[in-house]
Amino acid sequence: MKDRYANRKYFIMALAIAAAAILIIRLFYIQIIDKTYRTSAANNVLRHITQYPARGLVYDRNGELIVYNQAAYDLLVVPVQTSAFDTARFIEILGIDMKDFRDRMKAAVSYSRRAPSVFMKMISSEAYGLLQEELYRFPGFYVQARTLRKYTKPVAAHLLGYVGEVDDKLIAQDSYYKSGDYIGVSGIEKSYEEQLRGRKGVNIFMVDVHNNIKGSYADGRFDTTSVPGKNLWSTIDLSLQEYGESLMRNKTGSIVAIEPSSGEILALVSSPSYDPSLLVGRVRSSNFNRLQADTIKPLFDRALMASYPPGSTFKIMNGLIGLEEGVIRPSTLFGCSMGYHAGSLTVGCHSHDSPLDLPGAVTNSCNAWFCNAFRSILENKEYNSVQEAYDRWREYLVAFGFGNKLGIDLPNELSGFIPARSYYDRYYGKDRWKALTVISLAIGQGEIGATPLQMANMATVIANRGSFYIPHIVKKIGEVGGPSSVFAQKYTTGISPENFEPIIEGMEGAVNGGPGATARGARLDSIIICGKTGTAQNPHGKDHSIFVAFAPKDNPQIAIAVYVENAGFGSTFAAPIASLMIEEYLTGKIKRKYLEDYVLKVVITPDGKEQ
Amino acid sequence: MEKNSNILNRLDWLTVLLWGTMMIMGWLNIYAAVYNEEYTSIFDMSQRYGKQLLFIVAALILAIFVLVTDNKLYYFFAWFIYGIFIFLLVLVLLIGNEINGAKAWFELGPFGLQPSEFAKVATGLALASYLNSKRQAIGFRTMLSATSIIMAPVLLIALQPDMGSVITYFAFFIVLFREGMSIYVFISALLAVVLFLLTLIFGTVPVALGLIILSFAALWIFIRNLQVLMALGVMAGAGALSYLIGHYLFGAGVDVVIVAAVMLSGAVYAWYLYRYRLKMALIIYTFLLGGILFLFTVDYAFNEILKPHQQTRINILLGMEDDPYGTGYNLNQSLISIGSGGFAGKGYLNGTQTKFKFVPEQSTDFIFCTVGEEWGFIGSVVVIGLFVVLLLRLVMLAERQRTTFVRAYGYGVFALFLVHFFVNIGMTIGVMPVIGIPIPFFSYGGSSLWGFTILLFVFLRLDAGRAEYLG
Repeated sequence: MKDRYANRKYFIMALAIAAAAILIIRLFYIQIIDKTYRTSAANNVLRHITQYPARGLVYDRNGELIVYNQAAYDLLVVPVQTSAFDTARFIEILGIDMKDFRDRMKAAVSYSRRAPSVFMKMISSEAYGLLQEELYRFPGFYVQARTLRKYTKPVAAHLLGYVGEVDDKLIAQDSYYKSGDYIGVSGIEKSYEEQLRGRKGVNIFMVDVHNNIKGSYADGRFDTTSVPGKNLWSTIDLSLQEYGESLMRNKTGSIVAIEPSSGEILALVSSPSYDPSLLVGRVRSSNFNRLQADTIKPLFDRALMASYPPGSTFKIMNGLIGLEEGVIRPSTLFGCSMGYHAGSLTVGCHSHDSPLDLPGAVTNSCNAWFCNAFRSILENKEYNSVQEAYDRWREYLVAFGFGNKLGIDLPNELSGFIPARSYYDRYYGKDRWKALTVISLAIGQGEIGATPLQMANMATVIANRGSFYIPHIVKKIGEVGGPSSVFAQKYTTGISPENFEPIIEGMEGAVNGGPGATARGARLDSIIICGKTGTAQNPHGKDHSIFVAFAPKDNPQIAIAVYVENAGFGSTFAAPIASLMIEEYLTGKIKRKYLEDYVLKVVITPDGKEQ
Repeated sequence: MEKNSNILNRLDWLTVLLWGTMMIMGWLNIYAAVYNEEYTSIFDMSQRYGKQLLFIVAALILAIFVLVTDNKLYYFFAWFIYGIFIFLLVLVLLIGNEINGAKAWFELGPFGLQPSEFAKVATGLALASYLNSKRQAIGFRTMLSATSIIMAPVLLIALQPDMGSVITYFAFFIVLFREGMSIYVFISALLAVVLFLLTLIFGTVPVALGLIILSFAALWIFIRNLQVLMALGVMAGAGALSYLIGHYLFGAGVDVVIVAAVMLSGAVYAWYLYRYRLKMALIIYTFLLGGILFLFTVDYAFNEILKPHQQTRINILLGMEDDPYGTGYNLNQSLISIGSGGFAGKGYLNGTQTKFKFVPEQSTDFIFCTVGEEWGFIGSVVVIGLFVVLLLRLVMLAERQRTTFVRAYGYGVFALFLVHFFVNIGMTIGVMPVIGIPIPFFSYGGSSLWGFTILLFVFLRLDAGRAEYLG
C-alpha cells in the first residue's frame, strides 16, 4: 500500500527540533544572557529569610484592644555553614548547657545539613541583643523575627482561641504552611485564620562564608513583601465579658449574651476558664498538657459544646407552639394539684395558685399546665397521628435553631439534640408511642439537649418577637470588610409576633413579682427584665441552674442565657447572675452590691457543695 | 538460543546506548539532588539514589524480558493488554492509595506502582493495532474511534485526578497526524488553544465579539460585497438593541446577548448560503458557533473544573498573577538554580541551590534543575541533544517499518517522549506551566522508569522483528 502521508514525517521531525530549539534558546537566555540568576562568587549562598507578617489584632465592639502581638526571635542554623566557633560564649549567651547545645546541634544536622532549621525557639530579648552584636562570631547561625500573641486582659480564652504550630498533616494539605509556621488552632484564631494570618514574604540574601550578608539577591527581584493580617473587631463587649467571667469564677457553667437586634454576641463565658497567655510561646505545650489533664476541664468550651436538657425554660417553647397551633389560648386555664396526673403517670409540681392561665403558668412555672398544653399539641386533631403532630412540633424547634448547629463563626459548635420521630419509633416501635410517652418534653426534660448558645438564641427570638440573626462573634474584618453575609440574613421562626406577648407577660411576672413568681431575685428597679428559670436534671449530681432572659421588655438590648452547673434551682444562682450581667451592660454600674458579693463569694464544687 | 542471538544482531544498539546513558546520567543527578553527607555512598539503599539503582537494575531485567518475548505477542494481544490496563485504571480509582490528592497508586509493600505510566504502552499498542486494521485513509469515523481509544484512559486518569498524565496522552494525536488525520483537526485544536489562552487573558465577552467580527471579515474575503458590511452593521445594531432590552427588561447578562448575536448572524449566513450558494458561509458559521461554545466551556472549565492551584499555575504562566512565594515559588527556585548554573555549571555536587531543599520535587519532576545548576548550559544542551538524537532515531526506526502497526506504535513512543521531554524541561525554565510529569530516564521513580523502558523496548523488539511477517 502506498503511504500517502509519508511526507508528514518531516513535519514531525521539525516539531522535535523546534521543541529542542525553544528549550535551548530559553536556557541560553537564563543561563548566559541574564546575569541576575547567577551569584557573583562561587562560595556565595542564598539565605531565604521568611518575613512573618504580624497577625491581625482583635478589638472588642467598642474598639478596645483585646489581642495584639509581641516580638519573638527564633535562632536558626545551617549546619554546613558553621565552622569552629566559641561554643562556651555561645551557650553562655543562650543560657543553655553543653549537653543541650550538642542535642540541638544534632537535631539540626539530622533534619538537614544544608537547609536551615530552628536551633532554638523564642530566645530571650537579652540573648537576642547579645547575639545580634556577636553574630559574626557564630557562622551559620542567624535570627528570624516572629510575632507571638499577647492579651490585654486574661479573659475570653475560649472565644479567642490560641495559635499553635502547624502539624505535618496540614503542611501536606495546604502548601501555604511550612514547618514551624503558626496557625490558629481554636476560637476566632481558627475560624478567621485566613484573615488574621496575612501573607508571608521572603527576602533572599547573599551570604558569604563569614556569615555576613552581602546584600539582597538579584536586587530583590525574587523577594516578596509580607502582608500583615487584617484586624478584627469582635462583637464582644470586653468589660461585660470580663464581668461575666468574674461572676462565674469558682463555678462551672456558662453565660451567653446576645444583642437581639443584630445577633451579635456580647459575652461568651465558659467557666472554668484559663488565662489565654498561658498558651503562648515556649510555655504553650507544657501549659496545654497541664490544662488538658485538669479534671475541671478548663479547655472545654461549655457555651458551645455542652448540651444540657433545657428544663423549665423550655416551657416557653411549648407555650409558643401551642398558641401558634391554636390548641391553647392565653386565657386557657389548667388546674394543678401538686402536679400532673394521668393514669399511673405523675409529673410533680410545687404549690401555687390553681387554676392558672398561660402568663400565670409561665410566671409560676407550672408543670401540670405545660403537660396539658403539650398533650394538646401532640393530640391535635388537625393531624392524623401523634407522630405527625410531633413532626410539626419539631419543625418549630428547628426553626428556633434547636437540634442543629446555629452556624456561629467559631469552630466546634455542638448541634444539641431534638429527637426525630424515628428516634422514638426505634425505641417504642413504629407509631407505638403516645403523647404521654414523651410527656417529659413538656417541661424540657428527657432526651432533648441544647447548648447555652441555643438557649441564648431562644431568648433572642423572644426578645425580637419571632426572628433572629445567626449569633456571631466578629462584626468587622479589616478597615472595611463586614462579616459574612450569612450573618445579615434574618431568620423567622413561623410564630406570629402576637403569640409572644402572653409568654413575655409571664416572663415579666416571673422576675417582677406576680403571685408565685419564680425569679424575683433577678428583679431590677430601673429596667423591666423578662426571664424564665429552669433546672436541668443532672443524673451525675446536683441539678444545673438555668436562667434565660432579655431586657428591657420593650426594645430589648440584651438577651442572655446562664447555666450554673450543680447549683440547683434556676432562681438560686443563674437568675441573679443574669440580672447582674444585664445591669452591668445596660447601666454600666452595679447598684446591688449585696447581690454581687453574694454571687462573687460563692464557690460551687462539682458535687454541689456551696462554700 | 539462535533466536536470541538473532535479536541481538537486529537490535538497534544506538537507541539502547542512549537509553543506558540517560539512565546513568539521571542516577548521578539524583545522587547530586538529594546528596547528603550522612549517607555519601551512592549505593546506600536507604536513600533515593540507592533505590534508583535498584530501579535501573529492574529496568534492565524488564528490557531483557521484553526482548526475549515473541514480537507477535504484542500484535495479537494488543487489545487484551489494553483491556487489562483499562481495568487496572478503574481498579486504582476504587482501591488505590491517595498520594498528593490523586488516587493514582497501588501500594505494593514498600513501593507504589502507578498504572497510568504503564497504560501508555497499552494505549500505544491498541491504537497502532486499530490503525493497522484500517487500510484506507483515515476518515471521520476512523478518527472518532481512534480518539475514543485515547480518551478512555484519559477519562479514567482525569478522575484520579492526575492532570499531568492526562496531558501526555494527547501526544498520541501525533500518531493520528502521521497516519493521515485531517490537518483541519490540528488547526482547530491550535485555534482552540489560542482561544483558550485569549479567553483566560481577556475574558469571554471581548473574545466572543472578536470572533463575530473576524467571521464577518472572513465572509468579506469571499464575497467582496458591501452587503457584508451592512449585515455587520445590522448585527451590531440588533446586538445593542437586544442588549438594552435584555438588560433593562430582563436583567440579562452580556453572554445572553452574545448568544442572541450568534443566532442572528446564523440567519445572515443562512441567507448568504441561500443567495450565493456559498458553502464557505456554512464553514465560517460552524467555526464561529464552535468557537463561541468553546469560549463558554473554557470559562466554565477553568473556573469550575480546574483546581485552584492549577488555575494559579496557568495564571502565573500567562503573567496574570505574581506569586513567587506560593505556587510561583517552585518556578522561581527552579529558575534561580538553573540560571545560576551559567555557562559551565558549578560542577558536580557543587550546586548550592538544589542542595537546600529549596526546589521541591527535586529528584522527580525538577531533576533538570540539578543538571542546569551543576552542569550549566553545556550540560543542559548535551541532555537536550541526547533527547533530540533519541527522538529523531525513533522517527527513523518508525519510518523503516513495513507495517502500519509498528510504525504507528513507534510514533506513539516518539510522541510520548517528546511531550514528556518538552513539558518537563519547559516547566523548569518557565516556558510551560508547572505540570507534574517526569522526564524520561532522569526523574527518580520506579513506575516512570519502568513504564518508559517497556514503552521503548517493545518498540525495539518490534523493530528487531520487522523482517518477519506480522499481521
